[in-house]
Amino acid sequence: MAESLVDIQVEDLKRVELVRVSGRIDSSNAAEFDRVLKEVAGRKHNVVLELSGVEYISSAGLRAIVALWRECQKHRGDVLLASPSERVVEVLTLAGLNTVFKTFDSETAAVGSF
Amino acid sequence: MAQEQLLVVPGRYKEIKRICEFVAAGAADAGFDAKTIFHLELCCDEASTNIIEHAYGEEGVGDIAISYAVDDDDFTIVLRDTGQAFDPGNVPPPPAIGGGGVDVGTERDSGESRHDDLADQMRIGGLGLHFIRNLMDEVTYTADRRHGNQLVMVKKLQKDGDQ
Repeated sequence: MAESLVDIQVEDLKRVELVRVSGRIDSSNAAEFDRVLKEVAGRKHNVVLELSGVEYISSAGLRAIVALWRECQKHRGDVLLASPSERVVEVLTLAGLNTVFKTFDSETAAVGSF
Repeated sequence: MAQEQLLVVPGRYKEIKRICEFVAAGAADAGFDAKTIFHLELCCDEASTNIIEHAYGEEGVGDIAISYAVDDDDFTIVLRDTGQAFDPGNVPPPPAIGGGGVDVGTERDSGESRHDDLADQMRIGGLGLHFIRNLMDEVTYTADRRHGNQLVMVKKLQKDGDQ
């Protein structure tokens, strides 16, 4: 198994799943990212993604986030972004998705908003 | 004029980082700022992913040859493969992205159709091509049986005062 370029840590909180992501998300590990997010969506439909440590994300990574958002919205939940890195914001903006996701300055603020 | 730099890698996803680093080093030498270097990496990533997924159909089928060259005005990146012809120009932009952003629907839309629309627009290939079209100054694609497929992406060099 190739060394993963991304670190994903999931914290199962009382009402929210908090997912801290750092590193690089591209086509080589987007499937792994997607798998973790699907597991998360299988537990709760309110999710906070803490993305301050994401150094690089391509459309493959973005698709996993949108798939999570879609699943959560289907169940009347939501996906909030906490302190997304400059690269994440840029790719979201390029895709025209920057207005789709509510963004917070900290994971505490995002978690507290649910 | 700088000599063309060439890297040939197997068409595997794990090689994409290497492709990005190769182009990023050349782009840094050419004087691009960090944001533009990221854009160039992103375009090479998306183009390479499309080669693996669409031209070759899966990993490990063929190689990706990537080169870059710098002249007075342009930073030119060329990606070559020997897979099936896949003309990015024939792929329409994701419907709503073409209008400046992904349309996730309006309040009057049903939730289900809204989500399905967005998922459709996010299908593999389309969003990556949208990035390439928006971030590069020129994009051309050629395909022939003898030489394979060739995607040429040009970024104008940043002059003093450019952003």
